[in-house]
Amino acid sequence: MLEIEIDGQKLEVPDGSTVMDAANRLGLHIPHFCYHKKLSIAANCRMCLVQVERAPKPLPACATPVTNGMKVQTHSEQAVTAQKGVMEFLLINHPLDCPICDQGGECQLQDLAVGYGASSSRYQEEKRVVMNKNLGPLISTDMTRCIHCTRCVRFGQEIAGVMELGMANRGEHSEIMTFVGHTVDSELSGNMIDLCPVGALTSKPFRYSARTWELSRRKTVSPHDSLGSNLIVQVKHDEVKRVLPLENEDVNECWISDRDRFSYEALNGEERLTKPMIKQNGQWLEVDWQTALEYAASSLRRVTDEHGAGKVGMLAAPYATVEELYLGAQLMRGLGGGSIDTRLRQSDFGLDGKLSGTPWLGMKIADVSKLNAALVVGSFLRKDHPLLAQRLRQAARRGTRVSALGVSGEDWLMTTHARVTVAPSQLAAELAGLVKAAADIRGVAAPAAAASASVSDAARRIAQSLIDDGARAIFLGAVVQQHAQAAGLHALAQELARLTGATLGYLGEGANSVGAAVVGAQTGLNPQQMFAGDLRACVLLHAEPELDAANPAAAVEALKRADTVIVMSPFKTGLDYADCLLPVSPFTETSGTFVSIEGRIQSFHAVVRPKGETRPAWKVLRVLGSMLELGGFRFDSSEQVRDEALSGATGWLPEYKLGNTASDVACATPAAVEGLQRVADFPIYRNDALARRAPALAATRDSAVPSARISTGTAQAAGLATAKRVRVRSAAGACELDLTLDDTVPASCVRVSAGWPQTAPLGALSGTLNVEAV
Amino acid sequence: MNAPENPQAILLAGLDGDNTWGIEHYIKRGGYSALRKILESGMTPEQIIAEVKKSDLRGRGGAGFPTGLKWSFMPRQFPMDKYVVCNSDEGEPGTFKDRDLLRYNPHLVIEGMAIAGYVMGCTRGYNYIHGEIFSLYQRFEEALAEARAAGFIGKNILGKGFDFDLFAHHGWGAYICGEETALLESIEGKKGQPRFKPPFPASHGLYGKPTTINNTETFAAIPWIINNGGEAFQALGKPNNGGTKIFSVSGHVNRPGVYEIPLGTPFSTLLEMCGGMRGGRKLKAVIPGGSSAPVLPGDIMMDCTMDYDSISKAGSMLGSGAVIVMDETTCMVKSLERLSYFYHEESCGQCTPCREGTGWLYRMVHRIEHGQGRPDDLDTLDNVASNIAGRTICALGDAAAFPVKSFIKHFRSEFEYHVEHKHCLVPVDVQREGSRIYVEHAAC
Amino acid sequence: MTFSLNEASRAAIDREVAKYPEGQAISAVMAGLRIAQEQNGWLTPEAIEAVATHLNIPPMAAMEVATFYNMYDVKPVGRWKITVCTNLPCALSGGEQAAEYVKEKLGIGFNETTADGRFTLKEGECMGVCGDAPAIIVNNTRLCSWMSREKIDALLDELK
Repeated sequence: MLEIEIDGQKLEVPDGSTVMDAANRLGLHIPHFCYHKKLSIAANCRMCLVQVERAPKPLPACATPVTNGMKVQTHSEQAVTAQKGVMEFLLINHPLDCPICDQGGECQLQDLAVGYGASSSRYQEEKRVVMNKNLGPLISTDMTRCIHCTRCVRFGQEIAGVMELGMANRGEHSEIMTFVGHTVDSELSGNMIDLCPVGALTSKPFRYSARTWELSRRKTVSPHDSLGSNLIVQVKHDEVKRVLPLENEDVNECWISDRDRFSYEALNGEERLTKPMIKQNGQWLEVDWQTALEYAASSLRRVTDEHGAGKVGMLAAPYATVEELYLGAQLMRGLGGGSIDTRLRQSDFGLDGKLSGTPWLGMKIADVSKLNAALVVGSFLRKDHPLLAQRLRQAARRGTRVSALGVSGEDWLMTTHARVTVAPSQLAAELAGLVKAAADIRGVAAPAAAASASVSDAARRIAQSLIDDGARAIFLGAVVQQHAQAAGLHALAQELARLTGATLGYLGEGANSVGAAVVGAQTGLNPQQMFAGDLRACVLLHAEPELDAANPAAAVEALKRADTVIVMSPFKTGLDYADCLLPVSPFTETSGTFVSIEGRIQSFHAVVRPKGETRPAWKVLRVLGSMLELGGFRFDSSEQVRDEALSGATGWLPEYKLGNTASDVACATPAAVEGLQRVADFPIYRNDALARRAPALAATRDSAVPSARISTGTAQAAGLATAKRVRVRSAAGACELDLTLDDTVPASCVRVSAGWPQTAPLGALSGTLNVEAV
Repeated sequence: MNAPENPQAILLAGLDGDNTWGIEHYIKRGGYSALRKILESGMTPEQIIAEVKKSDLRGRGGAGFPTGLKWSFMPRQFPMDKYVVCNSDEGEPGTFKDRDLLRYNPHLVIEGMAIAGYVMGCTRGYNYIHGEIFSLYQRFEEALAEARAAGFIGKNILGKGFDFDLFAHHGWGAYICGEETALLESIEGKKGQPRFKPPFPASHGLYGKPTTINNTETFAAIPWIINNGGEAFQALGKPNNGGTKIFSVSGHVNRPGVYEIPLGTPFSTLLEMCGGMRGGRKLKAVIPGGSSAPVLPGDIMMDCTMDYDSISKAGSMLGSGAVIVMDETTCMVKSLERLSYFYHEESCGQCTPCREGTGWLYRMVHRIEHGQGRPDDLDTLDNVASNIAGRTICALGDAAAFPVKSFIKHFRSEFEYHVEHKHCLVPVDVQREGSRIYVEHAAC
Repeated sequence: MTFSLNEASRAAIDREVAKYPEGQAISAVMAGLRIAQEQNGWLTPEAIEAVATHLNIPPMAAMEVATFYNMYDVKPVGRWKITVCTNLPCALSGGEQAAEYVKEKLGIGFNETTADGRFTLKEGECMGVCGDAPAIIVNNTRLCSWMSREKIDALLDELK
């Protein structure tokens, strides 16, 4: 520990602390622009110059290490003169037109200029003008305002893992820019807007739509992935204007993904359903709630009476709230045995009833940062879990050995220890190889399923990293969960975890997949059985099976066959198969609760009033339950629903409810597959109903129209080397797509993204495809 | 060589004839004997550092830091990658001495670096050579190939189990890379933006590894010190200012060029060696240590001796030993304008005061020179310069500020004349005659 | 405009890469850009990207370097780039007047190119050869010392 005195206050700080760290501990604010606690120290803005005893000149607090007995003054004449001098330099070329700047009112330069700037300028020369840059649909630029703090550049290099922005030229000609013609495409890019201390980088969708002081700030939780990112939603006139991160070091740190940030545009979009609707004689009619609810209740009652509750099902999105799912489950149960599920994308349910608890991350999110080794199996990590990827990236920078076994060689923008990329059918073989490698290293016999597996060098490296000392984990991603051999792959991974001592965890989908399992919203027939069977009545809660089902084509057919399909959604969706649309609140218009992959229970309030006649879904379900005269719907508040659903748990789910250990599940054996296999991902902005409807996200490169992606070698072998446009056929259907050469796709595979209407006719997410040039 | 043979020279000695840069010529005049002596006698790194300390050798790049002390900072015990780096990025206006070392005596630098590598346990070195003298970069690469072939660098040098390999890296037009940490960034393939210190290169240098950086001339002095002893080197100069120093003399003298003389030699003697003032005109001002050093009026300069302490006492810096001589035909405003333009152009853009302030300084001086000066400009100039100096990561901020402050300090009346009369005290045709194309001394 | 590094350039860059420790190919970006510039005459974005791709570094990292060091030409230049040092030590011995003479002869100012595409004139900063003033560098690599008017005449005649 080192002793330091700042402005007369003494304290002890750990070795390696800077003066800025020490001041922060004291709660003293030292003015700064380039310093940011999550970024490397640049010490370039010079705003944090302070006086240090015995130093001949003022020193930057952000970069100056504390030495024992150091005495610092942050407001002495020397310090203030230096700070004011720097402020003058910052302002000479900065436009002093705050009233027309979008950053006005939330600008660090503006704030500090009040304290350190002069009332008039001595600068009589011409001011600098810098051309604006097109950074894409999310970030707007006003580059003349840039003060060259390089926070955005460092964010790209260090946090996002990719240097998209740089500072070109030198001296006063320095400019922040992308490479000629490039845009900023990182899935974390919006954080640069937050980091920019001035109005150089601002939000393009938000631009000029409100002033910061007109906005009220409300806390909520992101519905877009299973991390549970904490959000600040900014609201004006009951409309969501902007979404920012709410710092929570243990969850999202001070970041959010672009999906968390920009999906809000959908909330105010044209596709919102604001009145209940009923289809009569093929015509959609707007009706009042009473009519719609009576229609829905009587439809459900009729089908139940005629066909039995076994023919009634509810399919909910994994980002429906705890309260909605609990009441949905009550409704299905109340009808006498209806089914409910959230796992639309899953096709193998072999683990049902076999797990020791609800599948979860297996550890706290914060502990991911402390891992010595991690193996991620079957994940489009950056796109499915942008901030968890970021956390692993930071860990990798500190030495964590991150390995990947998956079906795509896409760059994770981090140093990986080993990467194995294979066709989906080969995941079992590779996992078996890992199990065998681990058994060999341990000097024990490999389980029968892996006894004859071949062991690659990469497998040995990965197995060794999972055996070496320290915390280590195996995470199973969406590809495993959606795999036709999901249970068998789990069994192999469990063997690997047992042999290596690593923790097994799931990178669950949706904000509330853990909550859904815990509140019994995965009961009765699973989605595959519902679609394959004779489903007569279906309630869709936020879910969009035409895009989200493991086999969208089959799902839509099943829904069309049903007697009644009641859609509860904020959006006009399912018009061709539903007969009743009930406008229910998106997450911003209802109170609710999500349970994240780490078992963290996070409740939130509505941040705006429901749009139009929209109502919170939990209330709609409560009314339906009452109209159907079912028991168990007497709740006055969503909090009561939550408390019952979670047995009063707050903060964290009790650990006994969580568990990734399966018993009596056979290990998968490699399947021999002839022909080209489909690799399917759900692109980051095609993953949920909100993101799909956000115009700015739809304009990003991540939202490019889906193509058939194939490696150069496979293209040549399949005679497609020169093809531009192809016809892709599966057992279920066909579509026509552009062909893209992409060497991150494993051999003998075609990557065709799901989540798009264009590719929905292909049906199953896996299986073989026939590709022909057209 | 463009200067007459100089009996006082030790680094630029014996360089008559063709191809003095080749290894054959170098060995013939005793080259690589110091390295051989060390490896064959088993001289320890500690003994060598002690000799270098005794020599009073101070860094020849500009800062004048004692070399022996700098070498002693390197962690010697740890078996890790460590680097020795030579700074041949000579771009300080007025400085052109390292160029002659590389041009005529590159093996001397190689030998000095190899010895440094031995002392500090470095197995790899780089010489960063100014991009503008690209042919000398190529020549250095050839010299490295010769030295490698002869076994003076590479694996198992002279069969004594010492490994040291050396490579050349070229700059490509950035003055700031002469700053040691900018130079390291540049070798790492980045923009030459200086790093904040601490950490110092001795603990966190090239590729984050311990690194010692010295100037070309500093390394070049090492073999002589090993061969002749630190005391002998020290005795060539004066206390605390050991050895000879190569001065680069430019400007209004009859024979601009490089002159290696013992530290402590009177300025007047150096001026005589340069053939005196061009056209017999009167000495007006001298910048004694490269453009970043404060300017001194001629009469103050005539009382100085050429060493670190004397020049420092007079209010300037010996710096890299670049002596820019200006006669009475010189307009001090125009001279400052050109220097201010240089710093404005060469600021890396990293630190706010330098990025913004150098342009401000230049524009103000430019206005004054072009008859647009305002009475309060001089005070503003001085104050803006004060706001840059000492507020930046590297010394370029200081380098931009010192000329402004010193020019105004010593020649304020000339600036005031400009502001008041909108033109110079020295008639334009006199200025032009004084700074006409002057090549009469050239040997071609 | 398309650009690809020719075989000689690729080999030259690979020789540079070998100078640096493993994993530090980025250190060769300065030499790589110089080599690409020698091949192409100037650094088009495509040329910068080609070097970045060859070294497996982000294109923007190469762009930062290409725009920081002023001997890289990121705008088109004539066949012969004439750089005259006009910094103070050179100016005292005629550097500025030599530049004026070149301007007069070529009929262009600094940062301009003659209509026939033969010459581009640049104002140089310190080349570290102040004793040789006036000093001119042709195409970054050829240093010409003590450039009297006669020698400037001869030089410009020689450069076709």
